[in-house]
Amino acid sequence: MQKGRFTVAKVISNVRYAPDINVLKVEGDYAGAMGQFYMLRCWDSFPLLSRPISIYDIGDGYIAFMFRIVGTGTELLAGLQPGDEVQLEGPFGQGFPEVEGRIALVGGGMGTAPLYMAAKRYTQAEVFLGFSTTAFGVPAFEERTSQVTVTVGAESILEHVQPERYEYIFACGPHLMLEALAHKVEGTEARLFLSAEKRMACGMGACLVCSVQGPHGNRKVCKDGPVFEAGEVDWDALHDL
Amino acid sequence: MHSMTCNIAGVELKNPVIMASGTFGFGREYAQLYDPGLLGGISGKGITLHPRAGNKGSRMQETASGMMNSVGLENPGVEAFLRDELESMTQWDTAVMINLGGADIEEYVKAASIINDACAAQRREGHRTADMLELNISCPNVKEGGMQFGIRTEVARQVVREVRMATALPLIVKLSPGAEDLTAMAVMCEEEGADGISLVNTFQAMKIDIRRRRSAFQQTYAGLSGPAIKPIALRMVHQTAQAVRIPVIGMGGITSAEDIVEFIMAGAAAVQVGTYNFMNLRAGVELISGLEAWMRQERVQALDEIRGIV
Repeated sequence: MQKGRFTVAKVISNVRYAPDINVLKVEGDYAGAMGQFYMLRCWDSFPLLSRPISIYDIGDGYIAFMFRIVGTGTELLAGLQPGDEVQLEGPFGQGFPEVEGRIALVGGGMGTAPLYMAAKRYTQAEVFLGFSTTAFGVPAFEERTSQVTVTVGAESILEHVQPERYEYIFACGPHLMLEALAHKVEGTEARLFLSAEKRMACGMGACLVCSVQGPHGNRKVCKDGPVFEAGEVDWDALHDL
Repeated sequence: MHSMTCNIAGVELKNPVIMASGTFGFGREYAQLYDPGLLGGISGKGITLHPRAGNKGSRMQETASGMMNSVGLENPGVEAFLRDELESMTQWDTAVMINLGGADIEEYVKAASIINDACAAQRREGHRTADMLELNISCPNVKEGGMQFGIRTEVARQVVREVRMATALPLIVKLSPGAEDLTAMAVMCEEEGADGISLVNTFQAMKIDIRRRRSAFQQTYAGLSGPAIKPIALRMVHQTAQAVRIPVIGMGGITSAEDIVEFIMAGAAAVQVGTYNFMNLRAGVELISGLEAWMRQERVQALDEIRGIV
């Protein structure tokens, strides 16, 4: 784990990408790799805890987070205006691995966010993005690679993914989608890495509220993950946040 | 010259701020952010005789001004703790409490004597070792044991008595706010030779997932902590401190230096800080400097001047 760094930084922009999806861009130079996350906070003592949000993008003089507005914390983050201050702590966790070979990136809904850094890193990767109602963030992927497949609605994005064509598949999305993908990958040569989600308190491995069970013992989503290789954690451990 | 020093069972703390069990791991993670040697003490993640995988399903829900947890004493077991963690935990210049949980008396006693032997051996070899044993008879999140010892005074007496015989370490008993008679429980600990008590552990609480029409937690109930419980915790510490002569370590929802002052005025010898570590990863150092600033401003030279004055 990289040493955590605490920053109070200014908001550059906070843009609504879809009815409940925002991209928050914050000023400064930040460390962070694809799949890692920061703990964000722009309030005093309510809500109690900071919010773990995966890195969407890092560039010269900024870091960006894409998040879905699901409760009080994300509502407050969505209300930030340019020039407002936000607290960041991180980066935390183990992200997607550095590999060489044929790679597919498979994202579902909000789960497309942490894959964008991977798309920047692996420009030859084939990208599959599935959305239930509205697509968002797709043009950014299309700027990086011409191989972007998108589905919206009932059609599953997994229908387009042929695992035998890849050596590595990086995925993030609803746990049922990840589980279905894992079944599809079984028996092929492809190695599947997925980003998991769980409520966190400390964000750095001390409190054990984000522990999940696996065949070789418990894993902390915040410190050992959020990216795990398929099989490292039990599927039913990911059902409840 | 302001002095924040406290004395708990013969152990000198440089200040009254102890990190509460379960919120600080064994110190390694926070040590990347600040020097744990600045703290008064650390109470380690609760350990048990055998390794425990902890609870399945959701382990945490946020509440208004608080959080509920249902970790279920996930820990590597006493042997692995002594082998892999104790040396690291005692590297910092701070008081170290080993927090011990258990499912039945035999487990508590066995683990306590293993810890006692290991600490004695370390001391014989001239190494630093743990300073205190914090006996957790109050974990609400394990099905068997834990909580039931925390409720009934006479059930708890047996555990305290036998663990007291099994260890030469200063013994602190951590009480549950769910005790049927809290002051009687505290007096019992004193009678059985405990060197101090700490309270409160989390309050047993509940969250229902209305969409799925079941508890949000697989163990049904979970432990509530954070600012929401502070006024009740403070009242309990006040009542307890008046009932016993041994030191009382107060905790429950502390998020500021002023909160620490309240607990000390209520009679606490020192305090523990738990949930605030999650709200502010540098809680420990900020509370200590805040307390120092308060003492300077109020011209309080030593905490004894205000301890138990209410």
